[in-house]
Amino acid sequence: MIRWLVGLIGLGLAATSALAADPVQIGVGYLGVAGTRSTLSLVEQPAENDGVAGARLAIDDNNTTGKFLNQRFTLEERRIKEGEDPVQAATALAEKNGFIIADLPADALLKVADALRERGTLLFNAGAIDERLRETDCRANVIHTAPTRAMLADALGQYLVWKQWKRWVLVVGSHDEDKLFADALRRTATRFGAKIVQEKTFEDKGGARRTDSGVTLIQRQMPVFTQQLPAYDVLVAADESEVFGAYLPYRTWDPRPVAGSAGLVPKSWDASQDQWGAIQMQNRFVKLNSRRMTSLDMQAWTAVRMIGEATSRTNSGDVKKVTDFIKGPDFSVAAFKGTRLTLRDWNLQLRQPILLVDGRMVVSVSPQEGFLHQVSELDTLGFDRPESKCKLK
Amino acid sequence: MLRMWRVGLLSALALAAVPAHAFIAYVSNEKSNTVSVIDTDSWTVTKTIKVGQRPRGIDFTRDGKFVMVAVGDDDTIQVIDAKTQAIVDSLPSGPDPELFAQDAAGKILYVANENDNTVTVIDLEKRARLGDIQVGVEPEGMTISPDGKTLINTSETTNMAHFIDTSSRQIVANVLVDARPRFAEFKHDSSELWVSSEIGGTVSIIDPKKHEVTGKVTFEIPGLRKEAIQPVGIGMTRDDKTAFVALGPANRVAVVDVASRKVTKYLLVGQRVWHMAFTPDEKYLLTTNGVSNDVSVIDVAAQKVIKTIQVGELPWGITIAP
Repeated sequence: MIRWLVGLIGLGLAATSALAADPVQIGVGYLGVAGTRSTLSLVEQPAENDGVAGARLAIDDNNTTGKFLNQRFTLEERRIKEGEDPVQAATALAEKNGFIIADLPADALLKVADALRERGTLLFNAGAIDERLRETDCRANVIHTAPTRAMLADALGQYLVWKQWKRWVLVVGSHDEDKLFADALRRTATRFGAKIVQEKTFEDKGGARRTDSGVTLIQRQMPVFTQQLPAYDVLVAADESEVFGAYLPYRTWDPRPVAGSAGLVPKSWDASQDQWGAIQMQNRFVKLNSRRMTSLDMQAWTAVRMIGEATSRTNSGDVKKVTDFIKGPDFSVAAFKGTRLTLRDWNLQLRQPILLVDGRMVVSVSPQEGFLHQVSELDTLGFDRPESKCKLK
Repeated sequence: MLRMWRVGLLSALALAAVPAHAFIAYVSNEKSNTVSVIDTDSWTVTKTIKVGQRPRGIDFTRDGKFVMVAVGDDDTIQVIDAKTQAIVDSLPSGPDPELFAQDAAGKILYVANENDNTVTVIDLEKRARLGDIQVGVEPEGMTISPDGKTLINTSETTNMAHFIDTSSRQIVANVLVDARPRFAEFKHDSSELWVSSEIGGTVSIIDPKKHEVTGKVTFEIPGLRKEAIQPVGIGMTRDDKTAFVALGPANRVAVVDVASRKVTKYLLVGQRVWHMAFTPDEKYLLTTNGVSNDVSVIDVAAQKVIKTIQVGELPWGITIAP
């Protein structure tokens, strides 16, 4: 009887020791805005889960790795409704999650960053491309996986200049973000030796993006709008607000290519990107989400992968340790762009190649050949260290 | 006298006519969906074989009778008869096979399936799938320890070398290496495992008993930015003294002194060099250069590139008849 008992206890012990210790839990929050914006092209209409779908895939990827390291990643999503306080939502998310992926407008992001600073939560800006978040309004607890307007404009400008399309007509929308993108494009033209031969503003007079006989009207409006321009090589559109950009290709008075917000578009990612092993990830994404992967999905994926990369390298889920490693000199992440991605230590912006896409194919990838830099050719895109106004705090 | 002279001449002629090292190399061309056959005597392409879509991993069967080529987009491994140079069979590899390894007897094939994070085990004789092993994200590099007991698989997004017991087919250890591990190679004396990291830009040297990284080979080429140095293929001489590492878009093969783990020389080859294979006499090393669509021939003793051979588009893998 006693022998039997001892045997039983022995068995129990064996069973307990066979069980691994509880996995280290690593909570990642996703904070976005409810609802989606309207695009001119129905094909480009973002899905409800734009962005978070990429985060979800990276959580799966991290967990596949995590099973060998006894780490477990979870994702908690929150969407802020119109009029809701972003700080409250962020604070609630930060209760359980040491890392938050944010797809928020610049002002909301800054409020959240300042509110969570004491807590030590690390924020990843996956959505906002505003320069000021990396310049005068930079924050030490915000890492940017989204590229900036200047990076996007430079990526496009390098290609146009390489192509010897150096005379640009710039058409700018009437909204603030259109003007910011136009500023970036002007800076690019100056940096790389292109000339803006004329600028035009396209006033947003309101009106629906979907109508039943819209095409007939647009076909008459756009040639007239682009009539009587000086000699030029390419029409560059700054229309982040989706008011007119997509109406320009094939409808200009002179037969000229369109680039910028329509035609040849600079993006961090595209569903057609299949180089550098990307096809595997594209397949995984489609399998998980039943749709194709967007730039925002990729920016969120990269953010969550950065966390996973740091937790596996440090073998830790400690937010402080992980944050220090990400900000440190040894950090880099692979993201299917043919090169390792690293952080600009002066403003925590992720260096990355930018794709130039036409909606069906990747036409080229910038930086272009011949644009040289003493540190990293990726720093030929956007504001470089000597120009930076960022003081991290 | 005259007769003796004649015999001498004849034998000299015979020697010249039958060189000691005529081997056959097979190169997979990822973009053109073909395999180029190279004769190492004339250094010319003697045949181009049409295969399935996206041929990458390529290897001779142990008996030298067949060439297996993974055609990822057709989800299979095709088998080429080395005699007739025609496709005669295909293997049930699992989805998107890329690289594979076979055991010493040539009976079991282990295939890395990039799309579903598994290594598939195939019985080569029965043409049957024996099972799958779950590994990290995007399995790629595959090799087997000289004693046949351990299978190594590297996973590109998990950044690990997985040590798999070939008898139990269980993972026994996972060793973290630098980003995007592409290729693994044992020293012939089993004392070290070398793993290349394409994005990390290093080769990790692992103690296969302790499962620990004991050192790293790093590369530095004057005038070339760090990001362009992307190590992929590794070839080690049989005496374990010299290793060759293909550096991708750096367009160079590094010659590494194995003992000191230091690069002694960089050989300029074609563009985006990835994989390589020695001739069985180890006199030559052939590398596949993807972007320049050619194969470089390296004289191993002289450590010099002696020849370039045009092949199909985006040459990827290479194997040479035993």
